[in-house]
Amino acid sequence: MREINVKEIIPIVRKLCIDANYYIGKDVLDKIKEFYEKEESPTAKEVLSILLENYELAANEKMPSCQDTGVAVVFIELGQDVHLVGGNFYEAINEGVRQGYKDGYLRKSLVDDPIIDRVNTKDNTPALIYTDIVPGEKIKITVAPKGGGSENMSEVKMMKAADGIEGVIDFVVDRVRRSGGNPCPPIVVGVGLGGNFEQSALLAKKALLRPLNESHPEDKWAKVEEEILEKVNKLGIGPQGFGGRTTALGVTILHKPCHIASMPVAVNIQCHAARHKSAVI
Amino acid sequence: MTKTIKLQTPLTDEDVSKLSIGDKVLISGTIYTGRDAAHKRLVELVEAGKELPFDIKGQIIYYVGPAPAPPGKPIGSAGPTTSYRMDPYAPALMDVGLKGMIGKGPRNQAVIDSMKKNQAVYFAAIGGAAVVVAKAITAAKVIAYEDLGTEAIRELKVKNFPCIVANDIYGNDIYQEGVKKYKIET
Repeated sequence: MREINVKEIIPIVRKLCIDANYYIGKDVLDKIKEFYEKEESPTAKEVLSILLENYELAANEKMPSCQDTGVAVVFIELGQDVHLVGGNFYEAINEGVRQGYKDGYLRKSLVDDPIIDRVNTKDNTPALIYTDIVPGEKIKITVAPKGGGSENMSEVKMMKAADGIEGVIDFVVDRVRRSGGNPCPPIVVGVGLGGNFEQSALLAKKALLRPLNESHPEDKWAKVEEEILEKVNKLGIGPQGFGGRTTALGVTILHKPCHIASMPVAVNIQCHAARHKSAVI
Repeated sequence: MTKTIKLQTPLTDEDVSKLSIGDKVLISGTIYTGRDAAHKRLVELVEAGKELPFDIKGQIIYYVGPAPAPPGKPIGSAGPTTSYRMDPYAPALMDVGLKGMIGKGPRNQAVIDSMKKNQAVYFAAIGGAAVVVAKAITAAKVIAYEDLGTEAIRELKVKNFPCIVANDIYGNDIYQEGVKKYKIET
């Protein structure tokens, strides 16, 4: 048993919110550079080079690379031998988000009542928090700020077993086609397969946490990811939708067992700012 | 990108007549910000026959909700938001003189038709290049709807704000043409 005071969590979450928004991962930069070399459209090449310049400027000037600093999506892996003391764990996470978005000059992008009043909550809380209990006595915290433009292009579909892998691939590719230039391509396509209606969507979101230089650990799924990526990049959408070969930087799949009657498929679209930072306590 | 053109606001009919999709433009002068919530209010004013909080004739509205300004800077990161959410409102504003819009992503046919009818242009800024855009903004002040926070209407002074012409007054659309050119049939 290890005791951890929840107050220790506040500055860690604060820093993760700021760092995720200021400093894009090297995996994303490397992928953009790789696609820049292969890109045929001069306009697309120029867009990709502006994105690289922007990420460099953001890091140097300590500013968020995008003004949409997102909803703070927080993934927690909580060791089952941890005993949390000193207050409410989720309130501590929200306090970290509150401080990070204030001190980092990040945009507050949440409204309270989602439909009728839509009044800004002014401090970017509440965070969306997902907790898994895991073995051990550590806590892993991942903050993944998610922008609205790409999230709006996401979808869950309850498919039939008869649709097969071909049906799944067609649905994912078509979801990207219908998104066009809206989600700030080049995008990352997170795909969640199986589970249930609600779990497929969470799997798709979690799939987006995988670094872009890693492929799926199972060969058969790594091949599906490659096939979807190839098909998506033949759509011609290109960076920002201006036309080109670089529509997506990567496709990441997570899957789980599901009901014999079901085949849930979720597609979570991520803009090129595939932001996430983690810390272990 | 076929050529680079410098533009000064307010825009004239002659200015916009020279623009074609794919042209790179550098916009200087005064522009106004507005997104979902502000557009709703502006169009309610137009429909009620009331005066708008700024003279819209020949002007450009930039679809942006900027990040807060860090100390010593006029504005925080300020890239474009997705434009289709403003599609229900844009034609009514073009009908009363709006000449340009800056955002990201394709527009619907009603907006494209209104651009043709009203001789107005849609510019695409690079989505996610929010620090690059912020560097082109030299001053910012809220002029209406302060209660909306990041969604308030701001008057921005810009110098060489880089954009690409996405829809011209002749009905052309970079999003359709670009995809047509690079699509590989499977």
